[in-house]
Formats: sequence, structure tokens, C-alpha cells
Amino acid sequence: MYETKMNKGHLACAGCGATIAMGLASGKFPEKSVVVIPASCWSVIGGPLPYRTLNIPSVHTAFACAPAVATGIYYALAKKYKDHRVIVWAGDGSSFDIGLQSLSGALERGIPFTYICYDNEAYMNTGIQRSSATPLYTITTTTPENAFKKENKKNFLEIAIAHNIEYAATATIAFPDDLKKKVEKAVSTKGPSVIHIFSPCPTGQGFKEMESVKISRLAGISGFFPIYEYENEKYKINIEPDFSRLKEYITMQKRFASIDDESLKKIEKIVIQNFNRLKKKSLLSLNN
Amino acid sequence: MKKEVLKGNYVVAYAVKQSDIDFIPVYPITPQTSIIEKLADFKAKNEIKADYVPMESEHSVMAACIGASLANARVFTATSGQGLLYMHELLHWASGSRLPIVMSVVNRAVAPGWNIWMDQSDTISQRDTGWIQIYTSNHQEVYDHIIMAYKLAEKINLPVMVILDAFFLSHTISDLIIEDDEKIKKFLPPKKDLPFGIDFNNPRSIGSLSDPSNYMEFRKKIADAFIEAESEIEKIYDEFNIIFNRKYEVYEKYMDHDADYIIVTTGTLFENSMLAADSLRKSGIKTGVLKVRFLRPFIKNNLRNFLKGKKVIVIDRNYSFGKGGVFAEELRSIINEDVYSVIAGLGGRDVPPKTIEQIVIKVIKEKKDFWETNIYV
Repeated sequence: MYETKMNKGHLACAGCGATIAMGLASGKFPEKSVVVIPASCWSVIGGPLPYRTLNIPSVHTAFACAPAVATGIYYALAKKYKDHRVIVWAGDGSSFDIGLQSLSGALERGIPFTYICYDNEAYMNTGIQRSSATPLYTITTTTPENAFKKENKKNFLEIAIAHNIEYAATATIAFPDDLKKKVEKAVSTKGPSVIHIFSPCPTGQGFKEMESVKISRLAGISGFFPIYEYENEKYKINIEPDFSRLKEYITMQKRFASIDDESLKKIEKIVIQNFNRLKKKSLLSLNN
Repeated sequence: MKKEVLKGNYVVAYAVKQSDIDFIPVYPITPQTSIIEKLADFKAKNEIKADYVPMESEHSVMAACIGASLANARVFTATSGQGLLYMHELLHWASGSRLPIVMSVVNRAVAPGWNIWMDQSDTISQRDTGWIQIYTSNHQEVYDHIIMAYKLAEKINLPVMVILDAFFLSHTISDLIIEDDEKIKKFLPPKKDLPFGIDFNNPRSIGSLSDPSNYMEFRKKIADAFIEAESEIEKIYDEFNIIFNRKYEVYEKYMDHDADYIIVTTGTLFENSMLAADSLRKSGIKTGVLKVRFLRPFIKNNLRNFLKGKKVIVIDRNYSFGKGGVFAEELRSIINEDVYSVIAGLGGRDVPPKTIEQIVIKVIKEKKDFWETNIYV
């Protein structure tokens, strides 16, 4: 049976990765969970009044402060319950840009909560504006010079891990068992935990609605979005990438329309470089 | 009941200690900091049960207040100046969510240039955020109004700011009565759960998308709550008087009955204005004083009758650029009498009784609005 805490019906676009991600992840949320949602696609997907998509208490917040709201909820509920979990469900704009300070504060405090970033690599809810999660060479509506982004994607999960948290992981909707297992671990971590889910957006990234899972799978197996976890100071790579699939991944998406052979090579170089860095960390973990 | 001698900021902390608070998120800013330091001291000595949580910004402080309040905690925090401005977005969020959050604000000038001294620009800028604003003038009033603020906030589900003058009140020392815990418990019973908060048995989607078909109705409910606040304040003052034997009025008045001139002001300028009125009367100028305690709601009460036939001089420690002194403009919207607006004491410039006397004499002579910039040494 499909285990989820979503009700039937929602306001997402067809093929929305963020909705599939919530469908999968929420099945592993504990019974006494509160979901905190900053401004994002999920502010809409969650349902307009009087409807609600989630069958657990959810709190919508301003853009920059979901982990701080979660902090308040955690302390208030801790006076009454021992088995509750506060889960922040935030997009990449909130996680990588405007809410990063608030996330850093909450991770440093070490309170038990789980932060899940569903990443569609731009401000998709407002119509495809670049965020610091947007990859190099992506076309967005706010990258006027040459029409694509000239900067690399920020390494969000490594920033989170730098706060000495116990558990952090990446996942995509194409590997549901892996995703669910990671959410299960994250919500039972004693302190804070962070999950970074690649959840593609057909509208903003420019692919067919039916291809969301395929895109997610290619993102994972090509190494473009490495699938790994960090547990008790050890890195573990969950999917060994095949870099030869990068071209297929890139060419399937209209957002990369300006990429030529030269820029593709540059992307490959960056992806391999990032992966090698991860690989070193995972090998070090094995040796310890 | 006992007498204590405390500085203004400590008075806030003492009132908070006795108000059965669950959660105190904090962030330091001068001149508010000694409030949260005193609370840390109470926490260290186990004299408060509240969770005391240092946050990463004032924005996060108010966010944490909102989260905890939605989960039915009684919360407190304090800020000042730039910190209050940084909170602005979430002040709207707190009132829009109808949360009974109480915050003390130590008025501080807004930069640039850097100025930590008394000026109401910070709180005036939050006038339309849907918070009750209470401007206090002395230590006892601060103590009493923190306790009453919770009663009011929880009755009408609106957040309340209790505001102190930087340094003139926050850092000056005075005696006051500290009431017994038992009496305060009687006046302020434990907080009840919100009927619209976080509830595992009744999962709600809180603060979700509200389209043009229903957004306006929520705003109207907030507007109605502000009207309800006017009568609730009177009731709370009566109840407070019965238990503690101190009677507050919405507007404090001094020597007003036969006065030709009424100085209208707020905060510690009220105390100085009373001294000025005494002195002016010695030279034959019949002067009275009116203190405005609430900027929101701006309570009409019988203000129109009270000020009938008087010459009204409003001294504002704030300025709305392109318009004027905010309290003067509020009054002008209610009464038909001549209102003279005087701006004084911005950025902590002292406005001693002598300056207030000069202001009144100048208004009588020149009959116009002006900025009083003299520095009296």
C-alpha cells in the first residue's frame, strides 16, 4: 500500500516532483508531526482555504524563517509530548537563499527537527527565477546576460553538514525506497537532520510532465545530483554515477538549451570534480 | 507585596518572571539587552520555567514566538530600534495569525547615523502591523502593563507591545511595588489553548493560501478585535484595580480642569510635562497635561469632550516625513480644536521641563507648528 499523509487532490502542476516527494516522504513522518512550510510551491500545493492537502498539522510561514518557526513549535510541544517531530518542508529558494541564516541557527541550536529541502533548482512558484540552487548554464527569467546563469550551484548539504549534525542525505523521487529509508532515519535522529531532495519541475526546467521520474533518475545516475548520505560522521555514496549519461540528462531539458559542446565539457568537469570530492570523503569514512 | 528599587529594564524582567511564561526567544540589542540578561539570570537560578532560547536574528525571534504561540505556549520577547524594524514582516504575521504574543520594546532611534537613544521612530513605523501599542511613562506602569498585556492579548487574540523610553525609563532606577505571585495568578490565569492552533487530533493547515474570496473577512475580524480591545482595556483596568488597588485610565490627566493649554504627550515626556505645567502655572499660564498611552487602538473615548475649547500642544518624539508628528496627526483626526504640533527630543536629545515650558511659551506667542531643537544644558 502507498503509505502517505497526503489527502487526495492538490493544486500542483502535472508532473510536479515536489508533490511526488511529499507523497513519498510524508509516509515516514511520525504520527505526531507538524510540517512547517515557508513560501514556496507548497504554499499553493498545500491547498487554499478551506482545503488542506496534508493530513497532519501544517504551518505556513514567511519565506526566511521556517526553521525559527519550527524552533518555537518544538519547544512548545516538548512541554506536552515526547514523541513529536517538527519537519520543515522548504524549496530551494528558501533553503539556499533567503532562509539559510535561519536554518543555520536552528542546526546550531541542535534541537530535534528535520529539514527537508525539495529542490527544483529555481524559484519555480513565481515563474522560474534563478536561485543559488540553479546550476551553471541554466536559462531563467532573471539571468539576462547571455540568458543563462554563469555561477555554480551552491553546495547546500555540505553547508548543513558543517554544523556537526548527525544525519544528512540527498535523494530523488526516482529512487522511492532510498528516499523513504532516508526520511525514516532523518525523523528518528536525536538532533537535527537535513534531507536534500531533487524534485524536478516540468514547467520550469522544460521537459514533458510524464518525464519527471526519468529526469530524476538521470540526475542521480549521471552524477549531476549525487545520491549520498552522511551518518555519524561517515559519508556513503548510494549510487555510483555513470558520467556518460550527463549529455542525455542535459539535452532532455529546455533550460539547458544554450549549452554547446564546450559548456557541456565544463559541466562534466564540475560534476566529476564534485563527485571526486565526495568520493574522497566516503573513502576516508571507510578507512576510519 | 513588596517594594523594590529597580531599573526599568529589570522591571520588565520581574513582570515576565511572574506571568507564567513558557517560551522566551531572545536576541540582544542596545538598549533592550538588560531585559534579556536579567531573564537569563532568572533562568540560571531556576526562577522561571520558560525555555530561554537565543536566536540568530530578531526576524527569527518573532518567528519562534509565532511557532510557539501557535503550539499554545505563552511567549515573551523584547527588542528595540533596528531589531524591531528587522521583525517587521513577522509583526504582521503575528497579528494576522491572531496570536497573543507580548513583547516589550525599548524605543530607540533609527539609523543612520547610528543612534541608540530615545526616539519613537521604531515603534511608530509599526503602527499598522496590527499590534496593540502601549506607551509607558514610569516603572510601576511598565510592571503593571506587562501583566495586563497578557490578559488583554489572550482575551482578544492580538499581540501587544509594551513600550519604554530608551534610557530615560529603561536605564533609570525607581521604586515600585512588586505584587505577590498568588495575586498575579488570580488576575492572570493559565493560558488556554487556541481554538485555531496546532492540534494533532484536528490537523489544520494554518496560514494557508487565502484568495480574494476570503482574505478580506480575516482582516475585518482583526479590525473588530481592535474595537473590542477598547472596551476590554477598560474592563481589565477595573479588574486590576479590584485586585491590586491601582486604577489606570486610558488617558492620564494632570491639572486639566481649569487649563487653557493642554500638553499632550507620551512616555517619560509626560513626567517632565507635569513638572513644566507646575512651573508654568506659577507664571499664570494655566497648563494641564494629557498622556496618550495607546497609539493602537487610538481610543476616541471622550477625548473630544475633554479637549473642547482647549489649546492643544502635542509634543512628538517622532516624525512622519511628509506629514508631521504622529500623535499630533492622530489627534487632529479626532478633535476640531487648534492642535499645535511640536517635534522634540529626537535621537535621545533631552527634553527637560524647562524646554517644555519654552515650547508652551513659544506656541502661545507664535501659534504655529515647529521643531524644538534647543539643547538645554
